[in-house]
Amino acid sequence: MQTRFSFGGDEHLLCECSEEMSFEAFFKAINSVEQIRKSNTQGILEVCGGNAAYLVKFDPDLIHPEQLLETVKELEIKALSSAPVIRTRIIEVPVYYDDPWTKETMHVFRDRHQEPSMTDLEYAAKLNGLASVEDFISAHHGSPWFVSQVGFVCGVPWLYQLVSRENQIEVPKYVRPRTDTPRHTIGHGGCFAAIYAVRGAGGYQMFGITPMPIFEPDNKFTYFNGEMVFSKPGDIFKFKPIEKDEFKEIELAVDKDEFEPLIKQVEFNLDDFLKDIDGYNRNLIKELYAN
Amino acid sequence: MQIEVLESGLAVSIQDLGRIGFYRYGIPMGGAMDRESLKIANLLVGNEETAACFEAPFLGPKLRFKDHRQIAVTGGEVSVKVDSTEFRSWESITVEAGSVVEFGFIESGARLYISVSGGLNVPIVLNSRSTYTVGALGGFKGRMLQAGDLIPLTEAPIQVKEKNRRLPSDFVRNIDDNTDIRVLPGLYWHRLTQESGESFFKDTWTVATEADRMGYRFGGGNKIDFVERKQPFGAGSDPWNIVDSAYPYGSIQIPGGTEPIVLHRDAVSGGGYFQVGAVISSDMDIIGQLQPNKEVNFVKVTMEEALAARKNKNARMDEIRQILL
Repeated sequence: MQTRFSFGGDEHLLCECSEEMSFEAFFKAINSVEQIRKSNTQGILEVCGGNAAYLVKFDPDLIHPEQLLETVKELEIKALSSAPVIRTRIIEVPVYYDDPWTKETMHVFRDRHQEPSMTDLEYAAKLNGLASVEDFISAHHGSPWFVSQVGFVCGVPWLYQLVSRENQIEVPKYVRPRTDTPRHTIGHGGCFAAIYAVRGAGGYQMFGITPMPIFEPDNKFTYFNGEMVFSKPGDIFKFKPIEKDEFKEIELAVDKDEFEPLIKQVEFNLDDFLKDIDGYNRNLIKELYAN
Repeated sequence: MQIEVLESGLAVSIQDLGRIGFYRYGIPMGGAMDRESLKIANLLVGNEETAACFEAPFLGPKLRFKDHRQIAVTGGEVSVKVDSTEFRSWESITVEAGSVVEFGFIESGARLYISVSGGLNVPIVLNSRSTYTVGALGGFKGRMLQAGDLIPLTEAPIQVKEKNRRLPSDFVRNIDDNTDIRVLPGLYWHRLTQESGESFFKDTWTVATEADRMGYRFGGGNKIDFVERKQPFGAGSDPWNIVDSAYPYGSIQIPGGTEPIVLHRDAVSGGGYFQVGAVISSDMDIIGQLQPNKEVNFVKVTMEEALAARKNKNARMDEIRQILL
């Protein structure tokens, strides 16, 4: 896997680890980002991780682009020498699938969808060869997901499921983007899930909604640990299906800052994971629910 | 000390030079769309270059001052009325306590920068006073100005050397009828066919109505054709899709191959559209001053030319500082 480097104007360097999405490309990107940040290279202003790429923002008054390119290449080689292991956290994220709010929005924008006669869930189930919406929902929350990129607006996490490529859920985006999406919608486009951090435009298929905020500019919630954005690249999310009553309960608890998501620290070893995906996931989930 | 907003103007926000270091969370740099004009506005009233100002697309707000201040307006040509006396942009103007300031419609460019001696004293959020409306953060309550708002000012303009300053007219930027925007091709340039790569730079493009702090959209050029390929896993089925990635500020995406979009200060930090390259840093201020229907040409440059342009722009700013300090 050879990274492709290309300048985006005189202030950015794009480093595309791979054209296609894979766990290997994601690990190469996340470890390179870490290595570049740690290097504290003068002139590098910020490093943004992508799903299978990373972007270096630099000040060409402080470092010449050619010098920067050499430095980044060296740091990437250094990053590759370490084992593909990360210390991270696994987080249980409650999801109310097939909820009334995303359904209502879906109906408003039916004319922008590939299959106006089907719901987004029915369409996704059919495309991914699953017999029913229930089977699709089970597949969606059955295996955990990596936060493979954070951004878009206000800390939206992109999520890539911890399953083999044949089992990845894939759906196209809406034919034309919607002008509205409820806050906290669980969406899906291409091979990525996403959680809409704020209400707004969007093109991802809508499957459900979480009562758990992931963006809070006023620092109101203890579980954000003083951050404005909850998600971090490398986090592992495990969705937990909930119904309306539990959704309402959590929403009330969130308002009073009494909601505390279930979070455990874990180690993720890519080589071990790839050897036995199902077994590795069972252990991850066991660690999440262990006392 | 504060300023009372009597009329809101059009989408007026408070901006400084923005925030760096939060793009990786999807919080954009923000800050003035025309950074040079914001710096000049501040220098004209004796502020630090980085002080927060009003950024007003096309039409400024109507403001009542509660104490004696100096103001300056930059970015475009405009008439400034202080009570019944008329002034122009690019000079310092003294405003007495109780005076009302209003603005005519912008006569050139697209955004006015209005500085007030001492600076606008809204809270600093993530290292900046810039408004980011999507995240409802920064600026005044995270939103555009509304009539009735009371905008806090820095208590006393201590150390502000009050004198009449004016930017010499040969330093006032002139946006031509047909504006050149310099672009470094790259990023996913290889997705274009050779013909489309040529037409992109040959065609004249027109600023579309969807042009805001997030990005500027252009129309009128030839449709872009793509090199055929089997789409990579995870990229989505359309030829302009890529595996979602991080977007550079200034990068040019062309969804559907029809309308290029240049991402600006409030850019979304990532997504799944390919990009043909990026506008060089020294031309981003110009984009912030383009009115809808304005014709532009994208001009291909090398990295060396981009760096030379940057050096020229820095030197010009140094000269301006010498004159105004």
